Amino acid sequence: MSLYATRRRRNSIATSLAWAAATFGLALLALILTSLLYEGIRGLSPAVFTQMTPPPGSQGGLLNAIAGSLVMTGIGVAIGTPLGMLAGTYMAEYGRYTKLTMVVRFINDILLSAPSIVIGLFVYTVMVHPMGHFSGISGAVALAMLVIPVVLRTTEDMLLLVPGSMREAASALGAPRAHVVGKVAYRAAKAGLITGVLLAVARVSGETAPLLFTALNNQFWSSDLNAPMASLPVVIFQFALSPYKDWQQLAWTGALLITVAVLTLSIVARALSAGRRKS
Amino acid sequence: MTVIEPDQRKSDGADKVSDVVLEQSVSRSAAPVDRAGALKRIALADRIFFQVTRAAAVIVLIILGGVIVSLVHGSLPSMKAFGFGFLTSQAWNPVLDNFGALPAVYGTMITSLIAMLIAVPVGLGVATFLTELCPHALRRPIGVAIELLAGIPSIIYGIWGLFVFAPFVQTHVQPALISAFADVPVLSAMFAGPPYGIGMLTAGFILAIMVLPFIASISRDVFETVPPVLKEAATGIGCTTWEMMRFVVLPYTRVGVIGGVMLGLGRALGETMAVTFVIGNAHKISPSLLAPGTTISATIANEFTEAVGDIYTSALIQLGLILFVITFIVLAIARYMLMRIERNAA
Repeated sequence: MSLYATRRRRNSIATSLAWAAATFGLALLALILTSLLYEGIRGLSPAVFTQMTPPPGSQGGLLNAIAGSLVMTGIGVAIGTPLGMLAGTYMAEYGRYTKLTMVVRFINDILLSAPSIVIGLFVYTVMVHPMGHFSGISGAVALAMLVIPVVLRTTEDMLLLVPGSMREAASALGAPRAHVVGKVAYRAAKAGLITGVLLAVARVSGETAPLLFTALNNQFWSSDLNAPMASLPVVIFQFALSPYKDWQQLAWTGALLITVAVLTLSIVARALSAGRRKS
Repeated sequence: MTVIEPDQRKSDGADKVSDVVLEQSVSRSAAPVDRAGALKRIALADRIFFQVTRAAAVIVLIILGGVIVSLVHGSLPSMKAFGFGFLTSQAWNPVLDNFGALPAVYGTMITSLIAMLIAVPVGLGVATFLTELCPHALRRPIGVAIELLAGIPSIIYGIWGLFVFAPFVQTHVQPALISAFADVPVLSAMFAGPPYGIGMLTAGFILAIMVLPFIASISRDVFETVPPVLKEAATGIGCTTWEMMRFVVLPYTRVGVIGGVMLGLGRALGETMAVTFVIGNAHKISPSLLAPGTTISATIANEFTEAVGDIYTSALIQLGLILFVITFIVLAIARYMLMRIERNAA
C-alpha cells in the first residue's frame, strides 16, 4: 500500500507542477499582452497616424515611422520572396536529392534562426560602408535576407506535400517540366506558399536589430531610399530609452501597432493553411 | 470579304458539319511546322526555368558564405591588433582603442544560462500540460495562443521589461534576494549590491519569458510524435501520468527535446532587443547577478552607430563574428538532433 501511496503522491506532485508551470507561463504572457494593450491604447489617437515623430517635449505621431516600416518591409519582401521561392522550387522539384539541396537546406535552417543583428552587420559591411552613408535601401536588403529563409523553407515544405502522382499525371499529358511546376505544383500548394510569405512579413515587420545600423532612423518624412529612413521598431527603441514621457508613450503605442499587425498576419496565415489541410 | 477562297469555303462547310473534323484538319495541316517550333520554345523555357531556380539556390548559398566572409574581413583589423587576447581581455576602452570580448561573452553566456534554467522546466511543464493534462476543449486554443506568442517581436518583450518588469524587480524581487542571501557565503556575492532593477538577472528573466513559448511549442510537437500505442501500453500496465512521462515519453523524445532546447538557446544567445533594454550596458564582469552587464548583441546594438575609428568598428564586428560562430554551433547541433527525431517519426 505504501508503494502505491508514494507513487500516487509523486504523480500528483508532478502533475501539479505541470499545472503550475502552465498557469505561470500563460499568466506571464497574458500579463505582457494586457499591459501592452493598456499602455498602448492610452496613446492611440488619430495624430499617431497623421503626424511625424515629434522633437522631445512636444506632441506628435508615428506617421513617418509607419510609412518607413511599410516601405522597407515591402521592398524586403519583394526582393526576398522570388529568391526564396525559386530556390525552394529547385530544392523540392528539381534537385531533391542533390548535394546542393542538402547544403542549402542545412544552411537555410541555420539562417532561419541566426541572430538578426549579425545580418545587420553583414549588410553594413557590404552596403552601408561602401556607400558611405545609412540608407533605407540597405535596411530593405537586410530585411530581405530575413525573408529568404522563411519563404524558402515553407516553399520547399509545401511543394514536398504535393502528391507526386499529380506531377506524374501532368507529365503524362505531355506537359513540360516548367508547366508541371508552375501550373500544377504551385497551384496545389498556393495556400501554403501565401502562408509562407505572410509569416515572413510577420517576422520582419518587428525586426529591429538589422535596421539599427542599416536604415538608421529619421526624424522627418523621407521617401528617399538613399537616405536614412525611420521605422517603427527603431523609433520604439529610441523613444523607449529616452527620458521624455511623450516619447515613451509613443513607444508603447508603436509597440501595440506592431503586435496587432504581427498577430493579424499570423492568424490569417494560420487560417489559410488550416483551410488547406481540411480540403 | 468579297471573294471566298476555296479553302475557306471548305472549312466553313466543315464547321457546320462538325467541330471535331475542323480541329483535326487544322491541326493536321499546321502541325509539322509549328510543333517543332513550339517544342523548342517549351524546351528552352523549361531549361531557363530550371537554371533560374538553380541560380536562386546558389545565390542563397553565396549569401551565407558572404555573411561569414564579410564578418571575417571586417574583423581583420581587430584580430591583427589584439590577436587571441581579444577573447580573454576585459578591457573596453574606446578612447585608447583597447578592446576585449570577455565581458560581453560572459554576459551572453550567463543571461542565456539563467533564461534556460527558467524556460526549460517551465516550457516542458507547459508541453506536458498541453499533451496530457489539459481538458481537450482547451488544447487547441492554448496551443495556438502559445504558437502566436512565439512570433511576437522581441522588442515588445524588451519594452515591457524596461517599463513594467524592471521596476517590479527593483522594488520587490531584488531587495528580497539581497536580504535573504546576505549571510550565505557564495550566494551573498551572487546577489549583492544595490537593486538597480536592470542587470543580468532581469535580462535573463526577460529572455526566459521570450523563449518560453518557443520551447513549449517545440516540445509539445515533439511529445506528439510519441505513438499512442506506447503511451497506452504504459497506462495499461498501471503507470501513473508522471511515470509515463518520465519512463516512456521523455526517453522516446529525448533527442527532439534537446534539439528544441538548443534551438531556444540559439535564440537566447543571439537575442538583441529584449536584452538591450534591461542589461545596463556595463563592460565589466561582476560576481553579482544583480549588477548591470552586457551581452555581445547588446554591445553591438548600443555602440555600433556611435563607433568612431576602424579598430572600434572592427572590434564590434569581431564580436558579431564570435556570436555567429557560437550560435552556428548551437543551431547546427539543434538541427541535427531535430532531424534525427523527424527521421524516427517518419
